[in-house]
Amino acid sequence: MNVRSAIHVASAALALAALCFGAVPPAVAADTPDPVADARAFQKFFTDKFPKVKLADFVNGPYSMNEDMHRQWEEKEQFPPYDFSLDLGKEMFEKPFRNGKGYADCFPDKGVGIRQNYPYFDEKEGKVVTLELALNRCREANGEAPFSYVKDEMAALTAYMAFTSRGKPFDIKIPNDPRALQAYQNGKRYFYTRRGQLNFSCASCHVQNPGERIRAEVLAPALGILNAMPIYRSEWGGMGTVSRRFTTCNSQIRGVPLEPQADEYRDLEYYLSYVSNGLPISGPGARP
Amino acid sequence: MASTIRVRATSSGKTTEVQALIQHPMDSGYVKDAKGDLIPPHFIQELTFEYDGKSVFVADWGPAVSKDPYVKFSFKGGKKGDDLKISWVDNKGATDTTTAKIQ
Repeated sequence: MNVRSAIHVASAALALAALCFGAVPPAVAADTPDPVADARAFQKFFTDKFPKVKLADFVNGPYSMNEDMHRQWEEKEQFPPYDFSLDLGKEMFEKPFRNGKGYADCFPDKGVGIRQNYPYFDEKEGKVVTLELALNRCREANGEAPFSYVKDEMAALTAYMAFTSRGKPFDIKIPNDPRALQAYQNGKRYFYTRRGQLNFSCASCHVQNPGERIRAEVLAPALGILNAMPIYRSEWGGMGTVSRRFTTCNSQIRGVPLEPQADEYRDLEYYLSYVSNGLPISGPGARP
Repeated sequence: MASTIRVRATSSGKTTEVQALIQHPMDSGYVKDAKGDLIPPHFIQELTFEYDGKSVFVADWGPAVSKDPYVKFSFKGGKKGDDLKISWVDNKGATDTTTAKIQ
């Protein structure tokens, strides 16, 4: 046998092997993005890591990880610290703008029970639209000044909208549009990319180490983390939105946070919400 | 404006358990704002729960109590349907009062 025919035989064997492997799903994720498989793997990772925690309980963050905290939280939920904000949000939501219109006119189903559909991919704009962004756009379209994205009024409004959607499963859709898939991929990349002086990614804390302590805090699992937004954090002494959570996470790892509702954060929220599809909305939440 | 006090009082026959949440900034006077100026002290000094004309719980509070404080206690007696009166006074002389029915 000469050299050339040896190569032929070898490549034929390789091709055969590739054919055999092609018949079973590859063990390593393929290069083409597959959000459905991602979400399944993501949820399986957490349910395997915490076999005692029910899937729907992951939305309770650190309280699902630690029994003592869970007990304290149950007591706290009888008189939740977000109560005042929730009332303010309801009042604001129902009060018409100066032009007589209201938030209800900007949203499907008059804005009630729709939190689980946000963020969504807007095919006209070609970008992800979050609930916070939609609320400020609604204000501006009606001649009102936009709110700060991180706390106070924005947190109160989203608290009320989340409250009316409690128990409804996250239902984030990725339309058949390459830009939507790209936004999802960008969000995923942001989530797993290390940054800041401490060189942490979102996943370093919330995928690798949920349930572990970082100083006195118990880290929340990434699965279901957005279902509880907005949150009253005792550490903040007040309410915070998804935007606040993202920006403070970035500064805590000694990175420079982006502007709230920057494209990267919108994509991140899209990705992170998508992989929690099926888990119920539990916001507003309370965290230590 | 809605009341700054949320109360839930439940009687178990012999005792009454009371939970209350109060909306108040509770500024200690030692914290600076974003511009670097001191935020002047503003905190609740006295919180009183009255049942049947008598004080059943009085708290002397100061700057060390957190924002939007929460209180839980129980006292002997108290009947379903009776009134429980709650009031607070802060260091600026502001005050708020509410009355809750024991459940």
